[in-house]
Amino acid sequence: MAQSPSRRTVLKCGTALAAAGLLPISIPVRPAFAAEEALPVEEIADGIFAFAGVDALMTKANRGEICNVGFIIGEEAVAVVDSGGSVAEGRALIAAIRAVTDKPIRYLINTHMHPDHCFGNAAFADTGAVIVGHRNLPRALVSRGEFYLSSYRESMGEALMREIRIVPPTKLVEGEEMLDLGGRTIRLKAWKPAHTDNDLTAFDEKTGVLFTGDLCFLRHLPTLDGSLTGWIEQLDVLKAVRANRAIPGHGPIPADWPGALEPEQRYFEALTRDIRAAIAAGVPLADAVKTAAQSERGNWHLFDEYNARNATAAFAELEWE
Amino acid sequence: MNPHPHRTRNARDCLSLVLFTVLLGAFPISPGQAEETSVPESATWSSLKPDVFGNRGIEAASGIIAIDAPKRAEDAAIVPVDLKFNPGKAAGRIKVVTLIVDENPSPVAAVFKFGPDAGVTHLATRLRVNAYSYVRAIAETEDGKLHMTQTFVKASGGCSAPAMKNQDEAMASLGKMKLRVFPPNAPGTEAMNRATEMQLMIRHPNNSGLQMDQLTRYYIPAHFIRGLTISQGNRLIMTMEGGISISEDPNFRFEFDSKQGEEIKVEAVDTEGMKFENEWPSEPSAL
Ligand SMILES: [Zn+2]
Repeated sequence: MAQSPSRRTVLKCGTALAAAGLLPISIPVRPAFAAEEALPVEEIADGIFAFAGVDALMTKANRGEICNVGFIIGEEAVAVVDSGGSVAEGRALIAAIRAVTDKPIRYLINTHMHPDHCFGNAAFADTGAVIVGHRNLPRALVSRGEFYLSSYRESMGEALMREIRIVPPTKLVEGEEMLDLGGRTIRLKAWKPAHTDNDLTAFDEKTGVLFTGDLCFLRHLPTLDGSLTGWIEQLDVLKAVRANRAIPGHGPIPADWPGALEPEQRYFEALTRDIRAAIAAGVPLADAVKTAAQSERGNWHLFDEYNARNATAAFAELEWE
Repeated sequence: MNPHPHRTRNARDCLSLVLFTVLLGAFPISPGQAEETSVPESATWSSLKPDVFGNRGIEAASGIIAIDAPKRAEDAAIVPVDLKFNPGKAAGRIKVVTLIVDENPSPVAAVFKFGPDAGVTHLATRLRVNAYSYVRAIAETEDGKLHMTQTFVKASGGCSAPAMKNQDEAMASLGKMKLRVFPPNAPGTEAMNRATEMQLMIRHPNNSGLQMDQLTRYYIPAHFIRGLTISQGNRLIMTMEGGISISEDPNFRFEFDSKQGEEIKVEAVDTEGMKFENEWPSEPSAL
């Protein structure tokens, strides 16, 4: 696990395990599987829990647990934010929820299409949760779902992949929408293309905690799969969200707001500056991506894994300016 | 890597058939030619080769054509590939170049045919690469011989998919074109080369259509640039018969023997029958 669970979390997990052993019937997991060990979540604010994923690629060893996931408990119901990178992680997240509340899971919010955020969707099939996503999310999953299922087979292994299904959202968000959890409203916002073309954020009005999805990366190099200029333009709108803390898509939780946006903004500035200069000088794409944004290399985890890819996408986008 | 070999095969067969028909029309099959054995073995290529080239012999390129692509596909949707031609090494000019990504659902990415006096020496484009794959280029010289070179590309890691990043934008600016004429000795051009370098960009989703809609279980129809003609004045520079392995927003950077003052004309047609045309002066564009 990414970090040592807090004392409170440990106590909760202990309770859950005891309950699993003594009263398996009360644990809402499918009978085919042993009760999953609860994901070590932290209580970030009153009724808001989150788990910090590791800065790594998705593998069999980490069960795809590389992004931050969480949940919000209202008076009547629970909303989950992202299901994780495997059905196993999704089940562990459900176990973590059941360790602290028996209220029904009303919504599963998918912040965007990436496998680390929604490969766990199938774990929620029996919970009755309505899956909520950006208006563009179903289309993105149609275009990429099958590729994701095959391309992750090697790193994640057959045992984890066998259970994974591409489960699209049924409640779609365009613009802004509110989710009611009883005495607690969650403001959802569908963004214009940025990290992807289907980014959704969830803001808890009660505590001022913002789940940014992958619109905010800390420590883990941001990955670009939507529009670099769109992302940069919307940083100002994002900064204006009156949150007091954030759960970024990747990186330490909770994070200061809007300070959490500064590192990625600095990276995007370096990337756009270098790529624009290369395009202007006529440097071919293959050469430009080798040097772009190298000044940022020491500031991020997974820089070598993702920077050339970001630079490639940035080049193809900025060439049209 | 692909868990659906059956589906992939079907899709591949039907798409390569389209290009196969084109190729059959273009070249008579000469069964007498011996198979060159120095080319690295690949099971996929062995089964693919008869579909594309029949039983024609294929020789190693020996410098007539060279291919360069990154060892790892950083972005599976945009893998730069660079072809250099050295017709001096062959008996006659290069007439046709076929670009193939072995492991893609539609392996024949493009077939380029060059005008008789176009003098194309360099051609770079961008490909989708779905899985660990050989990317190969086969040149046909005027004497009817085939010369092949190849490079191996590892698939990208992480969540990079060979799909569109910004689908609405891709459709909103469909068919928009841009031509850049580079000044002599721009970076990436051969020093002392008298050829002029240009870059043609076309906005198009070049959508694969091979993904299955998880809800309806129907395949999304493909939508891509299937034909492209670049000419200068009345002189043909090159044509391309394209497939879905060419990246979104098809992009071609090439060096050829440009005639000063003659306009560059481009015509493209996609699978929905839409036609896109444009023309530009051949002088270097402002950078
Ligand atoms: Zn993401």
